[in-house]
Amino acid sequence: MTLELLLQYLVAGLTYGSIYAVVAIGFNIIYNATGIINFAQGEFVMLGGMIAVSLERTVPLPLAVAGAVAATAAVGALVEIAFVRWLRRPSVLRLIVITIGVAILLREGALVAWGEGVRSLPYFTGNEVSALSFAGARISPQVLWVLGTTALIVAFLSFFFGHTMLGWEMRACAANRDAAALCGIPTRNLVTFSFVLSAAIGALAGCVVSPITYTSYAVGAPLAIKGFTVAILGGLGNSGGAVAAGLVLGVLESLSVSLLPTAYKDVVTLTILLAILFVRPSGLFGSREASGLKDLG
Amino acid sequence: MRLSRAAQVGLFAAAVVAAQLLSSAAGKAFFLTQLTMSAYYTLAVLGLSLLMGYAGQISLGQAGFFAIGGYTSALLTTLDLSPQRGHPLVAALVRLHLAVPRPDLYGGEVLSVSPWAACVAAVLLGAAVAVSLGVPVLRLRGHYLAMATLAFGTIVSSVAVGTQALGAADGLSGVPPFVLFPGLRVGGGAADRVQNYYLAWGLVALAMLLLLNLIHSRTGRALGAIHGAEDAARAMGVDTGALKLGTFVLAAVTATVAGVLLTHYNAGIGPSEAGVMKSVRYVAIVAVGGMGSLWGTLSASAVLNFLSLRGYFGAYDDAVFGGILVLVMLFFPDGILAADVRALVARLAPRRAPGGEA
Amino acid sequence: MRAIRFAAAAAVLAAAFAAPAKDPIRIGALVAVTGPASYLGAPEARTLEMVVQELNAQGGIGGRPVELVVKDTGGSPEKAISFTKQLIEEEKVFAIVGPTTSGETLQVKAIAEEGKTPLVSMAAAEGIVNPVAPYVFKVAPKDSYAVEMIFKRMKKMGITRIGFLSSNTGFGKAGKEQVERLAPAYGIQVAVNEVYDKAATDLTAEVTKLKAANVQAVLNWSIEPAQAIVIKNVRQVGLGVPIFQSHGFANVQYARAAGAAAEGVVFPASRIVVADALPAGHPQKGVVEAYKKAYEARYHEDVSTFGGHAWDALRILAKAIDQAGPDRERARGAVENLKGFVGTAGVFNFSPADHNGLDIDCFELLTVKDGRFVPLGP
Repeated sequence: MTLELLLQYLVAGLTYGSIYAVVAIGFNIIYNATGIINFAQGEFVMLGGMIAVSLERTVPLPLAVAGAVAATAAVGALVEIAFVRWLRRPSVLRLIVITIGVAILLREGALVAWGEGVRSLPYFTGNEVSALSFAGARISPQVLWVLGTTALIVAFLSFFFGHTMLGWEMRACAANRDAAALCGIPTRNLVTFSFVLSAAIGALAGCVVSPITYTSYAVGAPLAIKGFTVAILGGLGNSGGAVAAGLVLGVLESLSVSLLPTAYKDVVTLTILLAILFVRPSGLFGSREASGLKDLG
Repeated sequence: MRLSRAAQVGLFAAAVVAAQLLSSAAGKAFFLTQLTMSAYYTLAVLGLSLLMGYAGQISLGQAGFFAIGGYTSALLTTLDLSPQRGHPLVAALVRLHLAVPRPDLYGGEVLSVSPWAACVAAVLLGAAVAVSLGVPVLRLRGHYLAMATLAFGTIVSSVAVGTQALGAADGLSGVPPFVLFPGLRVGGGAADRVQNYYLAWGLVALAMLLLLNLIHSRTGRALGAIHGAEDAARAMGVDTGALKLGTFVLAAVTATVAGVLLTHYNAGIGPSEAGVMKSVRYVAIVAVGGMGSLWGTLSASAVLNFLSLRGYFGAYDDAVFGGILVLVMLFFPDGILAADVRALVARLAPRRAPGGEA
Repeated sequence: MRAIRFAAAAAVLAAAFAAPAKDPIRIGALVAVTGPASYLGAPEARTLEMVVQELNAQGGIGGRPVELVVKDTGGSPEKAISFTKQLIEEEKVFAIVGPTTSGETLQVKAIAEEGKTPLVSMAAAEGIVNPVAPYVFKVAPKDSYAVEMIFKRMKKMGITRIGFLSSNTGFGKAGKEQVERLAPAYGIQVAVNEVYDKAATDLTAEVTKLKAANVQAVLNWSIEPAQAIVIKNVRQVGLGVPIFQSHGFANVQYARAAGAAAEGVVFPASRIVVADALPAGHPQKGVVEAYKKAYEARYHEDVSTFGGHAWDALRILAKAIDQAGPDRERARGAVENLKGFVGTAGVFNFSPADHNGLDIDCFELLTVKDGRFVPLGP
């Protein structure tokens, strides 16, 4: 394999990996604040893309994206208020099952609202065939947008959780909900806010990847599974880890295509996941204590 | 009023017979087809109910075991071995009556593994996979376990769709009926409908008896202890690891057997049976019926599967399951049968205590 | 006195018009309206509704109104099996249109036979009509015709080494079988032969494999959005060779979705997608234009070949029942002997040995120019 081809496989891997990474980040926010794995995260990504496409018919692209992010954030808040907020000490099992049900409802709602057709936003820069070359490999400009957006989101989150009052309050809430409440932190509202933030980030992800992957009512579930895989691989709760794990997984998948029949690409990924879960459930970059202590209540 | 176990099963048997007689009387004998299919799905769900309710473990991979059962028996019973008649392994199978010639759909004759042998092979495979998966996976908790079982289910689904020998996207068809004993068979046409119906629900009744006995035995109580407080149970000397694994394997085997039987009944199987959505449905049914409540799960399964297979929910089939899942988990977390409506109303519309908070 | 006689005459006339309608003819439909095959099934369901309305507006079949019983299988074989039994035994339908996919059809073939109910499938697999089962027909053209048209063109262009990608659906699998079978006869070597997941969101790695193998053309066989993703990726990695698609590309929304990458892509399709460009004397012109106009006016979306299959299936059944009367065995025989039926997929000529009725002329090679489908010149 020539260097040029290897680079091209790497670029392909970065394309897949960036998509997985940006979805995985959303899982981590809600997990950090509440210990819940939100299986509906994939649907937030789908909603962002679908709403943006509908808006884009009447307003310019940046406004359409902003509008979609705001609308999906509102949906995130609604989901939390309607389905999570008023539960008392729910078990992990119960919450997993509820979020699965919510994911199904959101998907079927999208089917009713938009039909089964496939749609996408226009490329932010360039078009379907444009590509930038470097060192003989070619990369679509949209992939750079995805990578850039992911980097921005990670930077924003680290600033937010590291240097703002609201971010500290959310971290306190995550570390020990009861203690935080005793300190006067409005924990219930913060949980709602974590859903809002997660939904907004998911929607932004959905907008920026839609020119590459197309959006339709059913894209949520496969994205959620991949995103969840990456979030666990990177260590649940660790956003930087999620990005690294996403990119690593994407590159592994891409390289596996060069060696094995592509029909089993998913099998390879999932077997890797199972192996990691057996050996080191805290993921590649997570800490053992963090993965064990995350209790609900 | 708590009925004795025998009375419970007797009541159930009476209901099964009544359903059949009523449907013939009403001229709707064809309901039996969907009821029979529901029975086999119920078998798979009963195992899951035990796992989720008693061992407290979630599994999003139950459909994977169902598919392992179905595909193994479908593959073995449709594979034509006649070109390899001379091969020593095939000759041995024929001598032991494990491979038998049978007429195929178009008048020719094929040599394939007998359904009984295929069933045993499927169950052994299912159990082996369950053990190898269960040992590492059951150490995980909560969402890690959910993810691992989800990954397993997706792997099975991907292998089913990606493998040409398993029919890839089209699945396998032309599976012959499974003759359990002379005169009693799973599968066949409209003429065998009544017999198939009683056979299916009879097997469910048998499974219920076995599971109920298990629950009320020492092992069952130990299981219940695990669900309640695993560390305490271990401190009391209960071998929690072995029990959890045993329950996981038991659930997997019931799903495998269910898969074998339904495949023979439908004369085929497709990759949709292995999909994640199917596993989610099984979980939904267990949640509705009440985790650990076997009778609740059985009723929920019979009703929901029947309605779904009749197309009652039309194009909103998935939406209905999703909606039911959410509603039941929000308002009736212990299942519909255990619903305490008065307590629910009290919680939603609390009366103000005099001089106190709401 | 005259008033009374007048009133009596009017009453008798009114009674005649108000006479109870004749028994409706019930036709069942197994369609994958939702689920992974919904871009096949949803247009099919819409077309069936439209055709039933058209038939009833003209008095139904043989004076009897048509009643359509649609069951949404979601593309899943076990639902198809359950619904087929339900349609035959409970709804007692006269005949069944569908199912949508090959996988479902293969599973219900035996049930229709046992129930002696004519089944006209909208799926394409060879196995549906080979071996021939007396009651089972299909209206979608053979995949081998599509493959042969493409290979003929490739041979003409001097292409001998191709890269082949297909999706892991029944459609992709059927195409793969035909490609592998027919390539040697046309002197074509399939240098790369890969199957991808139907839900794939990006196929750059697979396409890189093609680039690495120095293929002279790319052939993609799939029916879902991935087909647009593939051609985008081919152009993005700088692989400038001719791209060929299957007849699954014959829905202009995919050409639009792929935008600039779709220019110059070559694919076989039935004439419904180029209805406007057909010459005036073409036998299919009247039928496809009428269908296109009615469908687009009613549903505000472009016609596709899948909706066309539904049109063909129901119209063929209607014609057969009209000819033979309301007797299942005779209607079945009428379908089997139907000749010269002009449908959207082509001109059908059934026979006891051929329950598909189409030959290779039903396909025409098309290409994309400025985002629209046009016939490919010689």
